[in-house]
Amino acid sequence: MGAQRPEIYLDHAATSPPHPEVVHEVLRAMRETYGNPSSLHRKGLEAERAVGRARETLAAAIGARREEIVFTSGGTESNNLALRGALRALGHRGRHIITTAVEHPSVLEVVRDLEGDGFRVTLLAPDRDGTVRVEDLGRALAPDTVMVSMMAVNNEVGAVQPVAQAAALLGRARPTGGRPLFHVDASQALGRLPLDAAALGADLVTFSAHKLGGPKGAGGLFVRHGTGLRPLLLGGGQEGGLRSGTENVPAIAGMAVAVDLARRELPERTAVMSELRRHLIEAVFGGVPEARLNGPAACADTSDPFAGQGGAAPHIACFSFPGAPGEVVVHCLEEEGIYVSTGAACSSRKRRRSHVLEAMGLPDADVDSAIRVSLGPETSDADIDRLAEVLGRVVRDIRRFARR
Amino acid sequence: MTRRVLVVKFGEIGLKGANRRFFERVFLQRMKDALSDLPGGPPWIEHTRGRFAVGLEGLREEEVVTRLRRVFGVVELAGAFKVEADLDALEQAARLALEEALAAHPPGATVRFRVESRRADKRFPLNSLELDRVLGARLLAAFPRLKVDLGRPEIRVEVEVRDEGGYAYARTYPGPGGLPVGTSGKGLLLLSGGIDSPVAGWMSLKRGLELEAVHFHSFPFTSERAQEKAMDLARTLALWAGGQMVLHLAPFTAMQRAIRDLCPEELGVTVMRRMMLRLSGLLARRIGAQALVTGESLGQVASQTLQSMTVISQATDLLVLRPLVGMDKTEIIELARKIGTFEISSRPYEDCCSLFVPRHPATRPRPEAVTRAEARLPADQLLEQTLADVQTHRLDGRLRHR
Repeated sequence: MGAQRPEIYLDHAATSPPHPEVVHEVLRAMRETYGNPSSLHRKGLEAERAVGRARETLAAAIGARREEIVFTSGGTESNNLALRGALRALGHRGRHIITTAVEHPSVLEVVRDLEGDGFRVTLLAPDRDGTVRVEDLGRALAPDTVMVSMMAVNNEVGAVQPVAQAAALLGRARPTGGRPLFHVDASQALGRLPLDAAALGADLVTFSAHKLGGPKGAGGLFVRHGTGLRPLLLGGGQEGGLRSGTENVPAIAGMAVAVDLARRELPERTAVMSELRRHLIEAVFGGVPEARLNGPAACADTSDPFAGQGGAAPHIACFSFPGAPGEVVVHCLEEEGIYVSTGAACSSRKRRRSHVLEAMGLPDADVDSAIRVSLGPETSDADIDRLAEVLGRVVRDIRRFARR
Repeated sequence: MTRRVLVVKFGEIGLKGANRRFFERVFLQRMKDALSDLPGGPPWIEHTRGRFAVGLEGLREEEVVTRLRRVFGVVELAGAFKVEADLDALEQAARLALEEALAAHPPGATVRFRVESRRADKRFPLNSLELDRVLGARLLAAFPRLKVDLGRPEIRVEVEVRDEGGYAYARTYPGPGGLPVGTSGKGLLLLSGGIDSPVAGWMSLKRGLELEAVHFHSFPFTSERAQEKAMDLARTLALWAGGQMVLHLAPFTAMQRAIRDLCPEELGVTVMRRMMLRLSGLLARRIGAQALVTGESLGQVASQTLQSMTVISQATDLLVLRPLVGMDKTEIIELARKIGTFEISSRPYEDCCSLFVPRHPATRPRPEAVTRAEARLPADQLLEQTLADVQTHRLDGRLRHR
């Protein structure tokens, strides 16, 4: 269909294309480092070393100690392990959990499930731009609050949450022991914003490899030294007994390469990408004047993003084009070689609407027509100009059907 | 020698007089198609007057039954023991059949049974009634827990004496009935992603129609997953057509755009359906189909009033079969569940956001108004282009045999 044109991939918040060096490393590890890290012979030792090096790399990137890193299969498992694992260890201390209404389903579904086990859950509502307020957290804290979980960057609208401020508040809350555990889902933050797990003051931090150019099927959980945690998967006792199962050596090695690349390029990349995002918003409004931006307009201060100053991550922007269903816009852009996501999947039989946009109080027309654009290191100004031009054309075309 | 076979009884084929040989040949081929994915290929199938028997050597009866219960023309299957036509051998076969059937009853409990014989080979010395009595007495002596009950038996041991040998069985399975696919000519099914059209396809397969399907899609205004859904439906229908089905995917976006831009809004649906029928007619000619099959049922939605259907039908000279016309929605859904298409049809990707459905579609479109509306469309050119862009897939459903 039509002439050959370059693909423009603008769905990095869903998953990012693996960096060539990552692909190389995964392939190399599959070919050469195929041993089982638990095996006694040299092949096993080589694999164990590869995992150890990866652990060191990830630890260095987030300011943690090696033994504070648990490798998992990805963000979902890390979130499950953080919440369920910690509450299995500490649930007796209290029955109250606080999280936000804009978390990823792998947090929200777990706390919903925990509700069935007798926990009380408070969901903090966001502002109109998707940011939660630490004052609300303060008000929600109860004497029996055992766990607070807050994402660092919202995956749908890019809102940066005040996780550093929240950690400080929790640290002051009950200085004499019994402080609630603090979990941060940093799946969208790693490699996008400077993130120092230790300095952040969180007890548990979730990471995912494939959001920053790493392979799928790998992720990590930072577990602050001394944090009680019980495993979800029992077996051979890998990962300090917190995550049994033969390590996914190639994916872990690939993740380390991605994390290291991101760490080295981070300062430059955040600056460039913040500028790109400004350009994106301007260009989209140029192409579709009646567009709406969901989430914060300005980027967060990249030197100290989580201190409660608000703002957006530099790689995510969410727009609505009322009258043009998001799913149709996605397919029309796809036909032009441009890949983005909906904020809400819409269909005639079943509506799966974005819980994030609904929690932000957006009108239905905006929720149903939301599109998420998420940038990557290879995104150029020309890509954004082309997106804006095509969007203008496509939204007009769709509205001619929807005018009826 | 005792052999395990599955006796296949078929219904209407037997009634077809001079065409019988043709029907039986097609039926045999359909059974072989349905069994072709078994390890080692289709098993040996013996064909004698009015009967087929499938050899079960090295096979589980269940895996053969599952497949043959999806072959139209099968009225009943019976898990049988085949022996020489000899009284002692027949008794032996009847005992084996009875033992299997008894295993389903609580041990020790009294079980009511009867023997029912048919003597097709008149050379056999005993007639049916005599055979019933003799075998009944012998079985009664061999199994003390039995009690004869001619009216309401729990186990019915059937014995047949035929030219090629004798059969005894006590376990039967109903088949789908109908006529073997391919004995009634060829049709083209308009397959949407909905619940109705796959059922309409199934019903026309049941009447012996060989079927190909066409699905119209409007990517990017509908999801690409809608096409996946059509392919999945075709794979499931394929199970009832011998394993494979040809699906044509027709891109209709350019047509939809043209209709939107050039025709009055309230006639959009009528014109679109007429164009679908015209395209289907062209495709039917290309593949040698003599009829179109649709899932329309009277009065279900605005476009299915008599007036609407009349105007739409006039777009083609071909016979349009509407097998669902006599069915209620609940009956259609029930059948869709049985066929295995309901779950697929219920996936949410169809007609995203109903972009193409106007707020007030005409329920009684006037033919002159439709003619005027269509005159504004470069219809021939659009249809020709669509036909050229049709993608054809041969889909295999045999992985789904369960």
